[in-house]
Amino acid sequence: MCLAVPMRLIEKEGKTGVAEISGVKREVRLDFFPEAEIGDYIIIHAGFAIQKLDEKEAEETLLLFKEMLEGVDDE
Amino acid sequence: MKYIDEFRDRKVCEQLAKEISNRAIKKDITLMEVCGTHTMAIFRYGIKSFLPSNIALLSGPGCPVCVTPNSEIDKAIAFSRKEEVIITTFGDMFKVPGSRSTLAREKSLGSDIRIVYSPVDALKIAGENPDRIVIFLGIGFETTIPTVAATIKDAKNKKFKNFFVLCCHKLIPPAIKVVLESGEVLIDGFLLPGHVSIITGTGVYKFIAKNYNKGCVVSGFEPVDILQAILMLVKQINEDNYSVENQYTRSVKEEGNLYAKQLMNEVFEPVDSEWRGIGIIPGSGLKLKEKYSQFDANNISVKVEPVEENPECICGEILRGVKTPLDCSLFGVECLPENPKGPCMVSSEGTCAAFYKYGK
Amino acid sequence: MDTILLAHGSGGKMMHTLVKDVFVKEFDSSHLRKYEDSAVLEIIDKKIVFTTDSYVVDPIFFPGGDIGKLAVSGTINDISVMGAVPHFLSCGLILEEGFSAEELQKVIKSMKKSADESSCEIVTGDTKVVDKGKGDKIFINTSAIGTMIPDVSLSKKFIEPGDMILINGFIGDHGIAVLSKRKGMEFETSIKSDVQPLNKLIGDLLSNGLSVRFMRDPTRGGVATTLNEICDGMEFGIELIEEKIPVREGVKGFCEILGFDPLYVANEGKVIIVIKREDSDKALEIIKKFPEGRDADFIGEVTRENAGRVILRTIIGSHRIVDMLSGEQLPRIC
Repeated sequence: MCLAVPMRLIEKEGKTGVAEISGVKREVRLDFFPEAEIGDYIIIHAGFAIQKLDEKEAEETLLLFKEMLEGVDDE
Repeated sequence: MKYIDEFRDRKVCEQLAKEISNRAIKKDITLMEVCGTHTMAIFRYGIKSFLPSNIALLSGPGCPVCVTPNSEIDKAIAFSRKEEVIITTFGDMFKVPGSRSTLAREKSLGSDIRIVYSPVDALKIAGENPDRIVIFLGIGFETTIPTVAATIKDAKNKKFKNFFVLCCHKLIPPAIKVVLESGEVLIDGFLLPGHVSIITGTGVYKFIAKNYNKGCVVSGFEPVDILQAILMLVKQINEDNYSVENQYTRSVKEEGNLYAKQLMNEVFEPVDSEWRGIGIIPGSGLKLKEKYSQFDANNISVKVEPVEENPECICGEILRGVKTPLDCSLFGVECLPENPKGPCMVSSEGTCAAFYKYGK
Repeated sequence: MDTILLAHGSGGKMMHTLVKDVFVKEFDSSHLRKYEDSAVLEIIDKKIVFTTDSYVVDPIFFPGGDIGKLAVSGTINDISVMGAVPHFLSCGLILEEGFSAEELQKVIKSMKKSADESSCEIVTGDTKVVDKGKGDKIFINTSAIGTMIPDVSLSKKFIEPGDMILINGFIGDHGIAVLSKRKGMEFETSIKSDVQPLNKLIGDLLSNGLSVRFMRDPTRGGVATTLNEICDGMEFGIELIEEKIPVREGVKGFCEILGFDPLYVANEGKVIIVIKREDSDKALEIIKKFPEGRDADFIGEVTRENAGRVILRTIIGSHRIVDMLSGEQLPRIC
C-alpha cells in the first residue's frame, strides 16, 4: 500500500532537507526523523522521511545472502 | 540505486526460490500479502512463477483505492463540484469510481482537481489560492497518516483557514483481525506490510501469531525481500511455531517510529470506519481530534447523492480473498483498466488490474 | 509586439506583420515568400508519404527541447519510420491571446533549426488566435510530406520469429523531463528530453540493403505500448529482456519515487527496429555511428510462442506479461 524509497540526505536545515536518488532531488520533511544527518539513507514516503535505512542491518542481510550463495557453490 | 538494486539480485532470488521449493512440504500453503504494494511487486517481478504450485498468494485489504467505499468517494466528488473548491489528491484516487462518477470525469467537466505527490504540496496550493477552499483527500494507512498529521499541524501553526482534509484513512491491524475472524479463507501466514510497520513497529501483529496461530513475517518490497519472507513463513508453518518475524530489518524497528506515532495520536483519534466489501470495522478509521477539527472537510456543507453499488461487482469478495477476478462476470468484459467498474481494477496494484495486466 | 492579441489572428494588418516578420522571416522558404494559399511542390515518380500530428505539450519549454522542436521532430519521425525521406512540412499554429511574442519567436526559431537539421523545409502555414483561457499558450499542428525510399517496404507482416528488436538508446527521457518540470511537481532532475529527428539515422540504415522488417517510434504509451501494437493480432510474440533495456539511472529513480514503469514513459527521439537476426549486428553497428544511436542495443526478440503478446524476462529471471498502457500513469503513493 505504500511506496517508499531509500534516498540519500544531501542537505539539511532544521526539519527539512533535500534527498536524492540517482540524481533526482526532492525537498523532504524530517519531522519523523529529526536526527537525520547528511549522508544518511532515509526512507521517503509522500515527501517525508519515515525512517532511516539501517545500513548495518542492510549489509548484514546482504552478507547473509552472499554466504548462502557461497554455500551453494561449495556443494 | 543503492539499497534497491542489491535486493533485486537474480542469483539470490533463484537460490531463495530453490530453498522455498525444498522446504514447502505441506500440501497446500496459503499466504496473504496484506499490502497492495506487495501485490504489485509480486506481479512486477513474476514472483509467482518462482514458487512451487502448493503455495498460493492471496491479496489482502491493504490497498486504499480498493477499500475506500463509494460513500467516501461520492463525498469527494460532491466537494469537487463546488466552485470554490480545489480538490488535491494522490494520483491513486483519481480514477476510482464512486457511485456515479470519478474525479477524473469531474475534472473533465470543469472541477479543479490537482494531483500531488505529498500532502505538503496540497498545503502549498492552499497558500497560493487564499480565495479558494483546498480539500485534501486523506487516504492511506499508517505509513501515510503521519505525513497528513504533520501537514495538518503545519496548517494550524500557520493559521490556515482554507485548508481541509477529508479523512478516509484506515488502520491495518483491525482489518487483519476481521480477515482472521471471518474464517472464510484458510490462511496459513501473513506477509506483513513493511512500510506500515516502519511506523507501527512489529508488536501490533503479535495477536495474529499468538491468538490465531498464523505465520507472520514483516517484509520489504524488493523481490529478494519477498522471497526471503516467504521462506521464513514456510519455516514457521513447517515447525508449527508462530511468531512475528522481521525480514525488513534494514527499515523496520520493533518499536516503530515514535515521533510519527506521537504526532498521529496528537492529531487523530480512532473511529469506526467503512471498508469496501467488508463493511464497518470498529476502530479502523480515524477522525481529527477536537483540537484540529477546524480542518475537517466535513465542516463544509455539501449535498451527497445516495450511494449506489454495482450489484455485479464482486470487489468486496475479492478483497476478502474468497473470490478471484475470474469469478466476476464483469472482469475483462465490461470492467477493464481503461474503464473500471470496481476499485480493484483502478489501482494498478488492485487485484483485478494486476490480474488483468500481468496474469490474466 | 510583446504579446499575442486576438487581432494577430484576425486576417488584418497585424496578422500580416506577424506572418511576414516572424514566420516567413524565420522559416526562410521560397514557398512561403510567395504568400500564396498553398505551396506548389514538385515530387516526381515516387510514392508519397503523408502524415500529420498535433502538439500540446505542457510546459512548452522543457529540458532538452520545446514544443517547436517536438512538433518538427515528431512528424519527421512519423514519416521516417515508414521507410521514407521527409521533405516538406506545414506549420499550423493555434495561439492563446496573451501568449508572449518572445516565446513565440523562440518556438519558431527552434522549429526552423530542427527542420534544417533534418533537411526539411517548412513550406506552408496558418495561424489562429483564440480567446485567453480557450487554449494553452500555443498548440502546433505539423503535417509532412515525404517519399518512400526505393525498394524499401516495411510492414508487420514481414516480421518472423527469430527477428531481433533494436532500440537506438535510453527510454523514458522525454516523459520524465516534461513531467519533472510540470507545475506542482517539486522534483529536480538533470534528465533531458530525447526529442530529436531520426530521419538521418533511419535513412542511412535503410540504404544498406539490410532486411529491416518494421519500425515504429515509441512515443506516448512508451516502449511497452508500441511493442504491443506491433504484435497485436499477429502470429508471433515478443520477448523483452529487462536487463538489456537502456534506462538512465535518473529515470529509474524518478520512476521508483512515483511508482511509474519506464516501459510506459514517452519517448520522442527513439525508434524500435525489428530486423532479421542475420542482419542485426550490422544494423547495430550502423546505428551506433550516429549520435542519436550511440546507446543503441538489442532489447528482445520475436518469438513463435506467446503469439500477440509481449513477455518480459525480468531482472530476476522470471517472466511476466507486459500489457498496453491504459490511460496516463499518475504519481501514486501506493
